[in-house]
Amino acid sequence: MAGNQRVFKARIKSTQSLKKIFRAMELIAASRIGKARARVKATVPYAEAITQAVGAVATHSDVEHPLTTERNDTNRVAVLVVTSDRGMAGAYSATALREAEALIQRLHGEGKEVDLYVAGRRGVSFYQFRGREIAKSWTGASDAPTVEIAEDVADTLLEAFLADASNGGVGALHVVYTQFVNMVTQRPRVVRLLPLEVVDAPADGEHEVEAYPLYDFEPSAEEVLDALLPRYVRSRIFSFLLESSASELAARQSAMHTATENAQDLIRTYTRQANSARQAEITQEISEIVSGADALAGS
Amino acid sequence: MAHMSVDVVAADRKVWSGDATLVSAPAADGEIGILAGHSPMLSALTSGSVRVTDPRGNKRVFVVSGGFLSVDQDVVTIVVDNATDADTPGH
Repeated sequence: MAGNQRVFKARIKSTQSLKKIFRAMELIAASRIGKARARVKATVPYAEAITQAVGAVATHSDVEHPLTTERNDTNRVAVLVVTSDRGMAGAYSATALREAEALIQRLHGEGKEVDLYVAGRRGVSFYQFRGREIAKSWTGASDAPTVEIAEDVADTLLEAFLADASNGGVGALHVVYTQFVNMVTQRPRVVRLLPLEVVDAPADGEHEVEAYPLYDFEPSAEEVLDALLPRYVRSRIFSFLLESSASELAARQSAMHTATENAQDLIRTYTRQANSARQAEITQEISEIVSGADALAGS
Repeated sequence: MAHMSVDVVAADRKVWSGDATLVSAPAADGEIGILAGHSPMLSALTSGSVRVTDPRGNKRVFVVSGGFLSVDQDVVTIVVDNATDADTPGH
């Protein structure tokens, strides 16, 4: 009987230390989330300026640019999946990966070949475990992506998009990332980034369509577009990475919050069980003593 | 004296914003200067330094590495990949 009590004590102890870890992770995620959201916000002026400029060029000239033209010479498409580096974030990576799988299925159904580009260690190990080929991956900075990483990602993908069909060029780029709706809701989203659709929707739905003044282009509309469009892609990818990181932290915070609560529940259950084991032991001891005394008195 | 409002933004933050009387920037074809009342313009920038003169005559210099500049009704937006404020080194 004493053994039983010891088992419960040990379980309570280990659950308590787990709870401490969960609580610490919750607090760390909570403290980083504000920073991550501030970084998302800090990129807004840049993104807005670029979107407006792209819209201005698109409305005032009918320049054809390789990044805005549909490619029919290849049936390869690139898919960029943004996941986290570490687990302990609830279903964050799993949801993004499920969305990506659905997208890949659909693309396969359309007879397309998919080149996988993965950000985040969880995504890399998911595809490696299944023996899928990954064209390129970026790991190590999913909770605090830098401009340099976003640039590297964007440049790799732009290069793939602009490459010849014979050199493994891709005809489209889809991005799967997790949109930060609010602290409790993060939604996986699929965005087709390339070829760019600036002509139909000059501001991508994020900005009111305004009447643009008649701009002079210096040195020429083509060259301005050349400078603008790759930057536009970079800024979009950077904002996807940042938003995903905010989502990751929010998912981690709520997952760790639930884990802390579950640990507390377990501790409560184990404490009850330990108490009832102790009481059972006492009751047994009393009945042993009483029956012993009875036996002595009877003799 | 007429002013323009100037925003200098980098990919991850707004670097500077304020009023100015003169902005000079490294355009693709050579240095350009912009005064208030300039016609709307979009220009590609190469790397170099952007100089902004504010209404009190103070000059600010930003070292930039490629980007573009837009002028629209006395609102100048300078969008660059990377900008360092030359006045406050280490930032």
